[in-house]
Amino acid sequence: MDTANKAHPLVEILHLVKSYTRGDQDVPVLQDITLNIERGDFIALMGPSGSGKSTLLNLIAGIDKPTGGSLLIDGEDITKLSEGDLADWRASNIGFIFQFYNLMPVLNAFENVELPLLLTNLSKADRRERVELTLGLVGLSDRMDHYPNELSGGQQQRVAIARAIVTDPTILVCDEPTGDLDKQSASDVLEMLKKLNSEMGKTIIMVTHDGHAAEAAKRMVHLEKGELIDG
Amino acid sequence: MYFFKLIFKNIFRAKLRAALTLLALIIAVLAFGFLQTVVGAFYAGSSGASASRMVTRNAISLASSMPIYYRERIRSVDGIKAVTISNWFGGIYKDRSNFFPQFAVDHTNFFDLYPDFILPPSQLLAFKRDRQGAIVGRKLAEQYGWKLGDTVPIQGTIYPGTWQFHIQGIFDGKEEATATRQFYFHYDFINEELKKNAPRRADQVGIFIVDVKDPSRIADVAMALDAEFKNSLAETLTESEKAFQLGFIAQSETIVDAIRAVSFVVIFIIMAIVANTMAMTARERLSEYATLKALGFSPWFVAMLVIGETMMLCLIGAAIGILLTFPLAVGVAKSPAGAFFPIFKVSQDTVVLQIACAFVVSIIAAIAPAIRSARVKIVDGLRHIG
Repeated sequence: MDTANKAHPLVEILHLVKSYTRGDQDVPVLQDITLNIERGDFIALMGPSGSGKSTLLNLIAGIDKPTGGSLLIDGEDITKLSEGDLADWRASNIGFIFQFYNLMPVLNAFENVELPLLLTNLSKADRRERVELTLGLVGLSDRMDHYPNELSGGQQQRVAIARAIVTDPTILVCDEPTGDLDKQSASDVLEMLKKLNSEMGKTIIMVTHDGHAAEAAKRMVHLEKGELIDG
Repeated sequence: MYFFKLIFKNIFRAKLRAALTLLALIIAVLAFGFLQTVVGAFYAGSSGASASRMVTRNAISLASSMPIYYRERIRSVDGIKAVTISNWFGGIYKDRSNFFPQFAVDHTNFFDLYPDFILPPSQLLAFKRDRQGAIVGRKLAEQYGWKLGDTVPIQGTIYPGTWQFHIQGIFDGKEEATATRQFYFHYDFINEELKKNAPRRADQVGIFIVDVKDPSRIADVAMALDAEFKNSLAETLTESEKAFQLGFIAQSETIVDAIRAVSFVVIFIIMAIVANTMAMTARERLSEYATLKALGFSPWFVAMLVIGETMMLCLIGAAIGILLTFPLAVGVAKSPAGAFFPIFKVSQDTVVLQIACAFVVSIIAAIAPAIRSARVKIVDGLRHIG
C-alpha cells in the first residue's frame, strides 16, 4: 500500500443527501451523511427497514446518484462521473453480493463467475485460470458445471461471492448477503467474507439487520430515518 | 461467442412460450410465403408470354365468337407471319373438381406458333393424323397418370356430349414458367360434329392467335388488324399475348389484392405476437438486466441481448417457415387447385420477402422491450421480481 493510498480514507462521504420525488413532494431518504471508510475495513450498515442503509450502499456502489453532497472513492468523486464512466468504474472497483444472489439462471457456475471478466482484456485462457482459482477459493471447484437451480442457496451465494471477487475489486458491497440463507450457510458465508477481509484485504460494506451477521464486521454503523446514529 | 450463447440459452428458457411463439412465427412465415406464391402464380402465365404473339378476340367480349373465315383475312394483314385458332372447351373429366383448361385448336399449325412446347415430332405427327388426337402437358399427364395411347373421355358443357380423345402427345415446357397443364385437341373434330348437330354454332372461333414478323411493330400490326374488321359483323380487339393474359388477371385483381393484403396482415399479427412475447420476457428479466448493468455492462449490451434474442427467434421461425413453404407449394401444385395456375412455385423474390419480413418483425418487435431494458434503473431493476 503506497503513501498516497494512506493519505485519505478509501471512502469519503461528505454531507450526502438523497431524496426521491413522489408526486410533487420530496421524500428525504438520506440526510447529511458524513462517513469515512478506511481501506481494509469491514463495515456493517445496520438499521430498521426504511432507514436508508440500502440506499447508502447503492450510492457507494455507484448504482444510484445522490441528490447532494460528495462521495469520493479512492479520491475520485464518483457523483461527477457519467453513466458510461460509472459503469466502467463499477466493473473495476466494485464487487456485488446480493441477498438473492442474482445469478444468471441460464449460465452455469463457471460462466456466471466469468461474466465480469468479459469486460476486461483477459484472454480466454487467463479468464479460465482466474475463474477456476476463484471457484476453488469459495470451495466450489466441483460445481463449476452446475446451474444455479442445481445448487443450494449457500452454494449459490458462494458463486455470487466468487463472481464479486473474480475481478479483484477494491470494495465488496453486500446487501443482506445472509438474508436468504439457513443458519449454517449464513455462517459459512460470513466466515468467507471475514476471510476475504482479513486475508485478502478486501474492504467490505455490508447491509444487514441481522445482529449476528453484523458481528462478523469490524465496525457497525447505524442509520435511522436517513440519519447516521453512530459510526 | 459468449453473447450468442447467452442469447440462445435465453430463447429456450421458457420452453413452452418459445415453442408457441416459434410455431406462430413458422405459420406466419409459411402463410405469407404461400399467399405470395399464390399472387405470383396469378402472374406466372403472363411472364411466359411471347413478345411476337398477339391475341385477337371479339371486341364485344371474350364470350362472343368470330367467324372462322376471319383467319384468311387476318393472314393477309401486313406484318403477320402466321395465324392459328383456339377455342375454350370447358369440359369435365370424370368430376367437376378435376379442372384443367381444354382448347380446340388448329391441329395443322397451332404448335408451330408455340415453340415453348417441346414435343417429339413423331408425337406431333400422330396427333395431326388422328382426328380425335389430343396433346397434353406433362404436369397434367402426370396428375392423371395418362400415357400415350390412352383414351380420355371429357364431358362437354359448352359443347354437349361425351367426347373421346386419344392421347397422342405429351409436351414439356421450354421454360420453367411455361404452362404444362393444358389439353389440346382438333378444332375440326368439334366443328364437324357441330356442323351435323348444331350448324348455327359451327365455324365459330373464340380467339385467333397471331404471330407477327417484327415484334417491335406489334402495336401497329394490331391496329391494322382491328381496322380490317371495323364496322363488320364481329369487330375485333387485338392485343399482345401478355396484355391479353394480364387482362384475365385484372378480372381477378380484387382477389389478388385481397390475398396480398392478407399476407401482410399475417405479418402484422405475428409482429404483435412477437412484440408481446419479448415485452413479457424483458419484463421478467429486468432484475437480470439490472444485475448485468451493476456489473458494468452497458445499456447497449442489454439492448442488444433483447434485440439479438428477438432476431434469433425470428430467424429460426423464418428458416423453418421458408423451408416448409417449398413442400407446401409442391403439394398445392399437384392438387386440383394447382390446375388453376400454369405454374405454382415459390420464387426467389418470395423467399427474399419472407426473410425481409422476419427481419423487420424482429427489429420492430424488439424496439420497445430493448429500450425499456436498457433504460431500467439498476436500483429499480434489482428490486424487480420477475
